[in-house]
Parts: sequence; structure tokens; C-alpha cells
Amino acid sequence: MYTIESGNVAAALGVKLAGAQVIAAYPITPQTPLTEKLSEFIESREMDAQYIPVESEHSALAVCIAASTAGARAFTATSANGLLYMHEQIHWAAGARLPLVMCVVNRGVGAPWTVWNDHQDSISQRDTGWIQMYVCDHQQIVDTVIKAFRLAEAVSIPVMVCYDGYLLSHTYMPFDIPDQKSVDGFLSPYRPEYALDPDKPANFNTVTLPDVRADIHGRMSHGYMEVRYLLQEDMRKAIDVAGDIEKRFKQIFGRGGEPYVESYRCEDAEFIAVSMGSLAYQLRDVVDMLRDEGYKVGIAAIRLYRPFPDQAIAKTLEKAKGVIVFEKALSYGYQGPLCADIQSALYAQSNGRKKRPSVYPYILGLGGREIKTGDLINAVRRVCTETSTDTPDTLGWIGLKI
Amino acid sequence: MHAKTNIFNLPETEFVHPGNRACAGCGLGIAYRIGLKALGKDTILVVPPSCLTVLQGLYPIAATKLPCLNVTFASAAAAATGVIGALQAFGREGINVVAWAGDGGTSDIGLQALSGAAERESNFIYICYDNEAYMNTGVQRSGTTPCGALTATTPIKGKLQKKKDVPAIMAAHHISYVASCSAAYPIDLYDKIKKATGMTGTKYIHIHTPCPPGWGFDPRYTIKMGKLAVESGLYDLYEIECDQFRLTDASEKLLKKKKLRDVDKYFKSQGRFKIMTDDQISAIREDIHRKWEAYWG
Repeated sequence: MYTIESGNVAAALGVKLAGAQVIAAYPITPQTPLTEKLSEFIESREMDAQYIPVESEHSALAVCIAASTAGARAFTATSANGLLYMHEQIHWAAGARLPLVMCVVNRGVGAPWTVWNDHQDSISQRDTGWIQMYVCDHQQIVDTVIKAFRLAEAVSIPVMVCYDGYLLSHTYMPFDIPDQKSVDGFLSPYRPEYALDPDKPANFNTVTLPDVRADIHGRMSHGYMEVRYLLQEDMRKAIDVAGDIEKRFKQIFGRGGEPYVESYRCEDAEFIAVSMGSLAYQLRDVVDMLRDEGYKVGIAAIRLYRPFPDQAIAKTLEKAKGVIVFEKALSYGYQGPLCADIQSALYAQSNGRKKRPSVYPYILGLGGREIKTGDLINAVRRVCTETSTDTPDTLGWIGLKI
Repeated sequence: MHAKTNIFNLPETEFVHPGNRACAGCGLGIAYRIGLKALGKDTILVVPPSCLTVLQGLYPIAATKLPCLNVTFASAAAAATGVIGALQAFGREGINVVAWAGDGGTSDIGLQALSGAAERESNFIYICYDNEAYMNTGVQRSGTTPCGALTATTPIKGKLQKKKDVPAIMAAHHISYVASCSAAYPIDLYDKIKKATGMTGTKYIHIHTPCPPGWGFDPRYTIKMGKLAVESGLYDLYEIECDQFRLTDASEKLLKKKKLRDVDKYFKSQGRFKIMTDDQISAIREDIHRKWEAYWG
């Protein structure tokens, strides 16, 4: 059924269709309409779930961690400083291998205070062991929330579904609401192998030693490092699992099919722009306009950021002369994290056999600074007409007024 | 009507394995063993970092025969709420959800989550065992360390501030049940935890647990220290039900007896109070008497 609704409502509909059983959240702009909608679904009995109005984001994730350990499908959502306040719990949820899903409604982080969009909040949580998916429009929000639960439960790793604050969360777009029956066919009820249960007592997240240790029967059990190695192994395997889930979703719902990189006019492109979130769709206009001017350009939207689908990304980009990375986040003191990841993927894939594309890094849109399509056109055109093929050693800033 | 609880009719089932990692003479060890007897098999425990994390054992060996979720330091009460949420989602009833935390995890870093859970009237029992400092990390001062005590972070002057009254904070939330007990009075402790299992809403139980290495006394005197604190009127055994305060057990006896032991002995028996002057002890003695004059009316 088609509707016209906000991105936050699209997310709430996804959570409802996925049948989350325990939801805990603390208000923060621009996430609030999402959790307000969920509490409305639950109070009106449209949705059968427990809504726990906690006193902080740290507690929101604590509730989800505990509910998930007890065997429930759990969900939370936050933004910016709320996400950072969860930081310890974010690591904990991944280490405990709990299949939580969290929407991160992307917003810049203080100080100084900003309520507007950039990606610094979720990108700063990159190394916590969570899967991170970025979406470009409302249809992808509702679909990705449903896929995220299936992926999280398939690999026992929590998933963040990241979408742009205001640009997606508060704008209205038409999208198709998947029907409940099809969602039920796609996503089975959550049945964990281990759960808190007085009939089967177990101690969860016990202090674990640096080395392996025998149990009371003499069988060796993992040390901390084995536990963490398995998280890394399963994260890498999650790339293929995400691909399989995407295929299955497309079979049932007839859309999607690009779990890693959503490419637009990249096949013959000499220059490819790379971005995440709604900016990638804005860049489609840029690509169309520059194509009209005769430039062979394309845009690749990174949809799965962790685990990093390096092979798929390198395959998309390796034939291009130049790659232009537009980022709304920074690793202060170096460059944009996505840019570093892309350079790393291209370096590993080309393995010295052929020339790698030059990579042009741009930072833009921090704290909601307006991203003008004209500025993007100029930036891409400038790269296309660049005579030097060396990767520049300075970071480009778009829209900066200093 | 149940027969009065005594040492002979306590349940024989043990939920804590012997030979766990608690120190010799650990007050928590006593309270935990008796407390779990009161809670029984149908219990899920939530434990933040504390001496109890150590007592629980190192993976893959566990000292408790009940399901136990170890959580981050500040989140015990919130995590307990999450377990309740899951059980409600499954329609599962008759399981005690119990957060069991130390005084630092309760009075300091865990207080916000505890206050939130109490305000939400979460249906769980929160047990704080109070050994009056961060013992697990090597005896640093906490919000419940008493005035005058030497700790690793008050090494020369002793703590200059008063002990935080956490049960009073919890009583201000008007929750179903607040109780104060001591490892030195295990029957009183058992009865209060047992009572809490039959109530709905938030139940808060505070247990005074003497700590031989942290307080500086011989491990054989754990019970003696706990009793001295109660008999000298310094630490009171009570319960607050429907906002009604009532002294229990040994403290109730003091109410009738109208006489307290001199608190001097309590302070003189512990290494942590060795720098306290007689003037400081006298000031505390006066505070105690003022409090008890009010009890005696």
C-alpha cells in the first residue's frame, strides 16, 4: 500500500511490521517523531510490544541488551549526543552478540550544539562491532529496517540503520508499505539459541581471561581474544549474508537488490562520485547535468558501511580515472573515514597491477550546512578537467565560508 | 501463617557453589547465599561490575546456579527493566527479576538508572550490598563511605563527608518496599527479601556487608562488625511499606530496650577508622542519639 509520510514514520512502520517486542528510547531531535509513533502504535494496540520510556540513552540500550538476552526482538533509536551517550553499551551489545536494531537519525554532534544533519555521530561508532547500513530515501528506510532484523538475527550482530536527520526524517515522500503477510514470510520470529531462563541457568558476559580456559569437564573454552576474533570473522561473513538477504527481499517485494553499492550511471564513467545517505540521490542530479555537458560521470552510494564491502566497492570504482568522495564526517587530524576506507579498498584490489584511480576527498554539510547542487557540479567538473592525475594531498571543503 | 523463620527452617537448596572467589569473611558472601535462598529457583539476576562479578567466577565457570546477566556499571536497574519487558512480551509470570549491585554501582554511577526504573514502577527487586567503598577496585571512597574512613582515595585525612542515605532516596520515590538489613542478621535479611518477592512494583533492599580487607578487621569478625553497627544504633534495620517506616529485628529490640551500645567500639575495631579522633566519634555519637531520641519519641 502506498502512502506519503515522513522518514521517521517510515522507520516506525518498519519496526511495527518486523514485530519488535521490546522498544526503549529517550527523546532526542530529530529522532523523536519515530519513537512517538511507536508509542502511539503500542498504546492504540495496533502493535503488541512493550514500550519502555527510559531516563537516558544509556538505559535505552541497557533495556534492549537485557531484553534481547532474555530472547526478545528489541529496538531503539537515537541521534547525535544520544548515540554517543550509549557508546559503552554499543560496544557491549556487539560483544554480547545481540541482534538489536537501532535507527540512527543522523545529526551533528556538539560542541557547539547543532541539531542539523551530518554523519559524525554514526561514523564515530564505526569500530564498535555493529553493522552499519545507510539509506537514501523513505522506501529504503522501511525496507532496510525489516532487512536489518533478519540480518542481525542471521549473524548475531547488531545493526544500525542510519538515515539523515531532517533531510529524510522530517520530509515527506511516497513509499510502499510492505504487507504484513509478506514481511512475516520474510522474517521468522526470533528464537535465540541461548537466553536468560531459570530452567536453563547460564551466566552471560562473565569475566573472560586473556587465555583460553578449561571448563569443569576439562573442555577448552574461548578466551577474550577468540571471542573477538569470531566477531570479526562473522562480520566479514555478514557481507555475503547481507547479499543473500537482499536477493530474498527482492524476490518477495520486487525492489532493492543492491546491498553494498547503489550505482547510478557508473558503467562507463571515467569519474565516479561516492557518498552515503540522501546526498547520493542529490548527486544523481549532478551526474545527469554533467552527462548533458558531455562528462562521463556516475555516482555510487555506499549502502553497507560496516562490514565494509571492499570488493564490491573496488569493482565499482577500479576502472574510473578519478573517484570523488563527498563526506559529512571527519577523522579529525586526517581525512574523511569513508575516503580512507575507499583508498584502502582500491589499494588492496589493484595490488600494483594497474593504475589506481585518483581519489579526491571533499568534506561538506557539517552541522547541516546547505549543500548546493551548483557547488557539487563545480567540484565534480573541476576534477573531470584536472590535468594532474595525482591524488591531491589536501582536503577539499565545499560550502565553507572562512 | 508461616512459622517464624529460623536457621533450622531456611530452605536447604543452595544456589551459590562453595569455593567461589569471595574473600574470607566476605559479608556479601553471606548475604548472597541467604538472599538467593529467599529468591529461589525462578529468578533472573542482573549484576553490574562489583565484588559480586568476581564472586561469580571467570568464564567458563560460574558460582551461581541461577541465570545471570552481567551488565555495564551504570545500567543494572535499566537492564532489569529490559528483562521484565521481555518476560512481559512472552507472557511469562512468576519469575523474580533481581538487580544485585554494590554501593558504588547503586549510590554513584547507577543512581540515575535506578531512579528511572523506580519512577517507572518497574516490577523488580533491587538489592544493594553496601561494603561502604569500591572494594573490588581496591578500596576507593564511594558515596556510601562513612565520614572518617580511610580509603585509597582518602588516604591521609579520611573521608570528610557524610554517607549518602540511599534507602531514603529510594523511599522518596514512594516505591512498594524499602528495607535495610545486614549480613549479620541473615534471618531478617531472608524475611525481607522473601517479602519483596511477593510484592509488585519496585522493591529496594539495602544490605550492610562488612568487608574484612576493606575495613581492616580479622575475617572472623564479620558478623561482630555488622552487629556492632546495629547495636550501637549507627546502622538501623527497618522496612518502609506504603510509606510507613518500621524498625525490625535487633533495631526493633533497641526500641524497647531504650539503650544503645557505645559506638566507640565499632570505630576502634576497624583499621579504616584509626585516624578518627575522640571528638569526631563523639560528634557521631551525638548524631546517633539524636536519631534514636526521635525513634523513642
